[in-house]
Amino acid sequence: MTRLDLEGLGFAQGAHILVERALRGLPPGDRLHVVGHDPALAVHLRGWCRSRGHVFSADQHGSLVSPGPAERQRWAGAERAGGPRPDGIVRRPPPHWGLAARGALVEAGGPTPVGFDIADRDVVWADLAPRLYAHAAAAQWDPAVAVDWSAATELPEDIEAAVVQVMTYLVENEQAALVIPARLLARIHPHFREVQQLLAVQAADEARHIEVFSRRALLTGSELGTSSAGGRASLTSLLFEADFSLASFLLSVLGEGAFLALLAFLDEHAPDPVTRQVTRLARVDEARHVAFGVAHLEHQAALDPTLRGRLRAAVERRHDALVDTAGLNADVYDALVVLAAGEWTPAAIARGYAAVQRLQAAMDDGRRQRLERLGFPPDEAAELSALHTRNFM
Amino acid sequence: MGAVAYDPKVVTIWEGFRRWLRDSGLPFDFVLYSNYERQVEDLVAGRIHAAWNSPLAWVRAERLAAAEGHTVRAAAMRDTDRDLTSVVVVRSGPDVKLADIRTVAVGAIDSPQATLIPLAHLRAAGAADLTVRRFDVGVGLHGDHVGGERDAARALAAGEVDAACMIDANHLAFTQEGTLPPGTRIIAQTAPYDHCNMTLVDTAPADLADRFVGLLLSMSYADAEVRPLLDLEGLKVWQEGRTSGYAQLAAAVDQSGFYDAKGQVTAADYAP
Ligand SMILES: [Fe+2]
Ligand SMILES: [Fe+2]
Repeated sequence: MTRLDLEGLGFAQGAHILVERALRGLPPGDRLHVVGHDPALAVHLRGWCRSRGHVFSADQHGSLVSPGPAERQRWAGAERAGGPRPDGIVRRPPPHWGLAARGALVEAGGPTPVGFDIADRDVVWADLAPRLYAHAAAAQWDPAVAVDWSAATELPEDIEAAVVQVMTYLVENEQAALVIPARLLARIHPHFREVQQLLAVQAADEARHIEVFSRRALLTGSELGTSSAGGRASLTSLLFEADFSLASFLLSVLGEGAFLALLAFLDEHAPDPVTRQVTRLARVDEARHVAFGVAHLEHQAALDPTLRGRLRAAVERRHDALVDTAGLNADVYDALVVLAAGEWTPAAIARGYAAVQRLQAAMDDGRRQRLERLGFPPDEAAELSALHTRNFM
Repeated sequence: MGAVAYDPKVVTIWEGFRRWLRDSGLPFDFVLYSNYERQVEDLVAGRIHAAWNSPLAWVRAERLAAAEGHTVRAAAMRDTDRDLTSVVVVRSGPDVKLADIRTVAVGAIDSPQATLIPLAHLRAAGAADLTVRRFDVGVGLHGDHVGGERDAARALAAGEVDAACMIDANHLAFTQEGTLPPGTRIIAQTAPYDHCNMTLVDTAPADLADRFVGLLLSMSYADAEVRPLLDLEGLKVWQEGRTSGYAQLAAAVDQSGFYDAKGQVTAADYAP
């Protein structure tokens, strides 16, 4: 018989913790002899044992407990939800693992949540995800201090107006870029937690982009620029792509890929230090967003030969849906020309116009390179790149 | 089968068990009652085959069935229905003795664990001249509603009575939740007694009755489908019924005149 002395500890102060521990360590067939001097000990031990399925008895020695099988039975049908590290990821985690931590021992029964429908390793995973997440977490910046807001310079009114128009446009793009990963991450099976974490930080990145672009737009004035119907149609068409691979292809590979070139352009032609700083900060984040999109689609394309056909169809579908819309807001295009021109002379405008054309060529180049990384032959990559929305994103 | 709806969870529990029993091939349904008296009367009248009975309902069913020329059996019970005790609690003070108790708070008039059994115990132990303060919460539910017991404990804590009666597990719960403050102590504990059982009447088709009991006894806590239901109903395993644990209650019923020998309700001001 094993003896447990609870001294003055009662069941109203956690005595069950020591009793449970002693019962776990009990040799098979043994009984636990519980002593102590809490006056209610025997009464409470009896009630507690009953509720836990242990057998309580009392004799001249005091209280005796024989452990019942309930705890063992509770875990009899339990299973490990894969392994905690990325090498423990399974191909198709079952829905009933639900919110359990990857690698946890999951009790059988319990709810089977609906809604975690993105649950295939080959669709969602990229080996790069844990490293990208770590990098993203380390690279979070504080908009209040990362930008020297006091460095604002007085610009000519119409140059400032061009900056405000571009910022207005950037904000609506960032809005789409926030909502899309946020929606997707809520559908990803928590088993792929590194991908959820990465997309969560990506959404947080976009939140900061929205903040700094809005703040730059309002630095000297109090009115924003225009939002065109065609630009919003282009962005809205991204929201309804329910397929994880296609959504991240259109948003991250093509859209944010083009955005990289746009932000580099604004960095180069920014008329003031605040505009330069905010676009530079956003660009570093966007590079990460593009990297994950390319990495997991590259991973998937290697496993699934039908993927490229579906990616192609998605580009064509979006092109057809947008063919009758205006595409890029004309105000935005002209504002970019003005920023690159820097002044209102015919020669400067010609320079600015050429610069924006070079920007479009650079966007096209980048898109083709990324499409080729996903395995598209060069001619097909060029063809698909040409079908991309005129709205850049 | 009849069950008393002492709490909304009763619906969840028996709908779950019904699904499981039907999946196991038993044609099963349940009827909910608002109180145990009507359930027992319907059982003996053959309107239901089985009744998930409180210990007091069992005592009445046995008497009523005998009076009508029928027999009932306690076919199954929860592991948690065996060997319960009740306690009498007083405020700690120098030399408080059982015989000194003048006023005692108890649960509802029909609570075996918080009224009938501990009062009989107190009287047998020499507390003869008792003024009983009853907390009639959920009358007709035979003490399944914890409210009366808790109110009794509160009356003790407030200094309104000398003692309060409750089941052992509720003494722990009331201590943990703070209803019973430090400065109270257990002055008496009853002998162990048994609680609910699944009562079957002899008019129930024998093969259905046996299959029903067999299925209950076969429920395993290792089965993830029934485990949440067992947790809700407060058991780990169904055990065979036994009738050895009801003598204390039967004696208390006689002493207090709650039912007569034929199972008629004789308690004054008992209106379930
Ligand atoms: Fe962004
Ligand atoms: Fe982004």
